[in-house]
Amino acid sequence: MNAAPAPATENAGFLGVARAVAWRSIHLFLHNPAFLVPSLIFPLFFFASFAGGLAAVSNVPGFDFPSGYTAFQFVFVLLQSAAFGGVFTGFAMARDFETGFARRYLLAAANRNGIVAGYALAAMFRALVTWTVLVVVALIAGMEIDGSGVDLVGLFGLAILVNVAATLWAAGVAMRVRSIQGGPLMQLPIFLILFLAPVYVPLDLLSGWIHAVASVNPVTALLEAGRGFISGDPTVVGLAFAIAVVLPILFALWSRGGLRRAEAAG
Amino acid sequence: MSSELRTQVGQLARRSVMRTLRQPAQIVPALIFPLFLLAVNAGGLKDATNLPGFPTDSYITFAVAITFMQGALFSVMNTGTDLARDIETGFLNRMALTPLRGAALLSGLLAGSTVLGLLQAVAFLTAGLAGGAEIAAGVGGALVILVLAVAITVAFGTIGMFAALRTGSGEAVQGLFPVFFVFLFLSSMALPLDLITTDWFHTVASINPVTYLLEAFRSLLIEGWELGPLLLGFGIAAAIFAIGMTAASRALKTRLVRT
Repeated sequence: MNAAPAPATENAGFLGVARAVAWRSIHLFLHNPAFLVPSLIFPLFFFASFAGGLAAVSNVPGFDFPSGYTAFQFVFVLLQSAAFGGVFTGFAMARDFETGFARRYLLAAANRNGIVAGYALAAMFRALVTWTVLVVVALIAGMEIDGSGVDLVGLFGLAILVNVAATLWAAGVAMRVRSIQGGPLMQLPIFLILFLAPVYVPLDLLSGWIHAVASVNPVTALLEAGRGFISGDPTVVGLAFAIAVVLPILFALWSRGGLRRAEAAG
Repeated sequence: MSSELRTQVGQLARRSVMRTLRQPAQIVPALIFPLFLLAVNAGGLKDATNLPGFPTDSYITFAVAITFMQGALFSVMNTGTDLARDIETGFLNRMALTPLRGAALLSGLLAGSTVLGLLQAVAFLTAGLAGGAEIAAGVGGALVILVLAVAITVAFGTIGMFAALRTGSGEAVQGLFPVFFVFLFLSSMALPLDLITTDWFHTVASINPVTYLLEAFRSLLIEGWELGPLLLGFGIAAAIFAIGMTAASRALKTRLVRT
């Protein structure tokens, strides 16, 4: 009978697996334009369309965001790209299951939780690349940043937590469905929850059913906190971080369940 | 049209329509996605009607036009993906062994798009009216809206066919979706052209044909009967159809030579 692995060995197994999976995913992301280009282009087009095409919305009576409409929309696109960075990584995971590569991971990994962690690291890298381009474009477009350095750390901290949450959600789906056909299931809920928040105008200017839905949508707090950070007037910070910390914990449990399903499926 | 050609087109059209109707995965997203965005935009941008110069006090009346264009985007994907599947499964090769004419093949394939386009247009218009949209041009205007929506859907479908014939890959056709999405987003989709204040965006939207397709719908919805925007809208749809069909016919010849 084999002895249980010592904690140090187990830890090394987890980190080693995570590092290997992350390296492969990042390598694929950087070397395949079919993966790289949509990740970069989509957020930029949303940003261009919203910040450019809807700039006149800032003239609507009652719209009083101090840093301007470009900064207002930047926060939405930042969080959106954070979430979709996770979803796209879920697609890659599903593709690996479909082609059988993920089975090799399952067979070879000393610690299978490291597989999920590796994908999560790759998702974070993917998001960081996108954000770098997004920030440069936003600054060229004349975005005003009134928040301090600490505020910006808060903003990007929130975005990283959103990215982790979305990755764990998508990973849970990918490991249950184990096919790229699960793509809409990963994407659609995130798309819905993002667009049912105050995307175009602040919550106060929404009315009717969309106001009612946005008021209870957790993404609203994330957006409001993010917009507070960029304008140097932090608001609902505690609630936003509570949501941003709880979501990854919940989705970690969800993805752990998915991993068990994938293991059982063999 | 000779009776032989009519029979060929009829058979392929029937197959195309049945295939479309039997695939909920094609129909449901093509209906749900535009309606969801309509609901969100109509709620979220309601206050935009308070901007000086906004042509109507009902944002949903303004926004319902977008759904027809989104429906047309799905037509590119669906028509192209269906044809790509025919190529991938060898159906096109089998057709090449018969005396089937290229024109019959392409026209027949567009039948599925026509039916889906009509289904979408009726659903979008009904949902818009239920949500409070108005049609300034009345019942006649509603009919013209349906005709224009189908015309645009079919015209965009030819581009999907061209992409499928050129690449022979469903995945490559799916990859076109973001490109067409860009055309939609960089248009007067969310605000009228006059109210787009960002210079570069205004310039891009001004030369983007999607802007004028949207304006054709909006002329009937908001202004009533205005010949100029309507002629422009139908003219652009006809031009896209002509270009798409010509390109698809050439790509079909090349593909048949290859096989």
